[in-house]
Amino acid sequence: MGGELKFVQGNEACVKAALYAGLDFFAGYPITPSTEIAELMAARLPRKGGTFMQMEDEIASICAIIGASLTGRKVMTATSGPGFSLMQEGLGYAIMAEIPCVIVDVQRGGPSTGLPTKVSQGDVNQARWGVHGDHAIVALTASNHQDIFSITVDAFNFSETYRTPVILLFDEVIAHMRERLKVPEPGEIALVERLKTSVKEGVDYHPYLQREDGRLPMSDFGGVHRYNVTGLFHDMWGFPSENPTVVHELLRHLTDKIDNHVEKMTRYREYFIEDAEMLLISYGSSARSALHLVTDRRQHGESVGLLELQTLWPFPSALVREKTRNARYVVVVEMNMGQVLQSVKASVERPERVFLANRVDGVLITPADIRNILRLIQGKGV
Amino acid sequence: MPAREYIRERFFPHIWCPGCGHGIVLNGLVRAIENIGLKKNDIVMVSGIGCSSRIAGYMDFHTLHTIHGRALAFAIGVKMSRPDLTLLVPMGDGDALSIGGNHFIHACRRNIDMTAIVMNNRVYGMTGGQYSPLSGYGTMATTAPYTNIDQAFDVVSMATAAGATFVARATAYHVQQLPGILEEAIRHKGFSVVEVMTPCPTYFGRKNKEGSAVDMMENLKTRTTPIGSKAKQENPSLIERGIFVKKELPEYCAEYQRIVERAMKGK
Repeated sequence: MGGELKFVQGNEACVKAALYAGLDFFAGYPITPSTEIAELMAARLPRKGGTFMQMEDEIASICAIIGASLTGRKVMTATSGPGFSLMQEGLGYAIMAEIPCVIVDVQRGGPSTGLPTKVSQGDVNQARWGVHGDHAIVALTASNHQDIFSITVDAFNFSETYRTPVILLFDEVIAHMRERLKVPEPGEIALVERLKTSVKEGVDYHPYLQREDGRLPMSDFGGVHRYNVTGLFHDMWGFPSENPTVVHELLRHLTDKIDNHVEKMTRYREYFIEDAEMLLISYGSSARSALHLVTDRRQHGESVGLLELQTLWPFPSALVREKTRNARYVVVVEMNMGQVLQSVKASVERPERVFLANRVDGVLITPADIRNILRLIQGKGV
Repeated sequence: MPAREYIRERFFPHIWCPGCGHGIVLNGLVRAIENIGLKKNDIVMVSGIGCSSRIAGYMDFHTLHTIHGRALAFAIGVKMSRPDLTLLVPMGDGDALSIGGNHFIHACRRNIDMTAIVMNNRVYGMTGGQYSPLSGYGTMATTAPYTNIDQAFDVVSMATAAGATFVARATAYHVQQLPGILEEAIRHKGFSVVEVMTPCPTYFGRKNKEGSAVDMMENLKTRTTPIGSKAKQENPSLIERGIFVKKELPEYCAEYQRIVERAMKGK
């Protein structure tokens, strides 16, 4: 397929993909290192008749996209750590009310204002557990611009399929670096459109009654069906309920609809892992350094491999268990204090062989950094 | 259409306490909508959290019961996607002006076509009687057991200063005037704010020794006066009611449509 060739930032690859996926409403608030996404949306969305809004803060941004999604729009917001913290209550609302939306978090150093212009992968667990209460979440990432494009389209598709918010966890390096992007032709990547109800006007419509396949057809606000949407536990009409059966079933539905489809949502890449004695697991920009090192060490005859995760949540435990089975050492390469490390340890057999190769000083972890840690693990000394 | 056609009758009786003014606001809204002749499918009601916000559940429109303080932000998303719909945003005083204060002033500033109704009972009722930003200096509340030292906002002055193009105040006592004011607010093309003073005999009244629900209604009568009345000149402490601001300014959705046209032309 002969798509358009571009040399762009990761943030721009994300914008192009969102528009490709059919985004037509974006609300956001400026924050480094995600601001380019808002700027590009401000220029490009009106050209296709879409809506861009700069809101008064990140809280308003996520609320506005939820409101817009209810009218049938494909919606997105973009932020970084501090703004992502502010969005958590709105995110929980979107989970509870089952409103499709996409939230980009371009990670920077934290906690607090942290390191606004420096790289980090410290929001992995906030993406999972930033919202209060039991819930399931989808969070995706990528390490190069072609993958940013496809994973962004996946994010919109998953959000529509499962009626759920989806988080795109990028990082400062991947968002700001420029590299080649081949924009797919229209139709090259399949798009999932909103599943609309076929219930006719005048017939009782149940916004929260699952079909046999578990999906919930929606009716746009402003359409022929009037119903209630709430962040309270609710019945199949969307009205508040404290009935223990209703509460239990809704909570199970909200978690099961994600947890039962882990395989369908698992995206990953693998490099030289067949016979790898030393298996690296990484994601985002740190996976670039890991891949560089693995490619280099292979040329020196070392049996090193890389499993690059693109789906971080729901965590692909079965995949990780299978791929790590034959490795003598498993090394998680990430730029935080071991957030994916915990999930890997919980997934694999013999967790004592799992080690962390990290860097948490705002500087991209280098192949040399990883190599030094591998030598320490192997008892070779640096 | 009979007024009862606009409500979800199966959820009545409502949760509000005897003597609460919120039901009167609901009544006023139904009558205003009936007078305008709006279709139920064309109305979206967005509310936040609190006693007042439960109003959305009782109305047979598209209803969005959101999170505390954020009703206007959700409403803006709906309105910008479907400018043809009528947006009604009922909020309590704490909801609109404490936790939601930032969204409130920015919605006023944008002049987006919707109607914000601040049901001001000067107290957090749902949580049991804590002071709100409208309680005022010297009042009593469960969180101000030695009297409240917080000064109150004036909703009308604040909305006016923030740029709302329609600003009015009504009360739950002046029930004949309420539908007319709400109707004018809904018909206004721009951001409309209507403060409705409503009594909370259960918490505010009891804590502040304002007497029975009937006494509190009497207070709404004796402590307020029409804008610019002779009574106000003689007694400046009276609270004025009526329409304070009604002006034409570019409406946000219409302005955004012009942005789309410019972008499509490439300039």
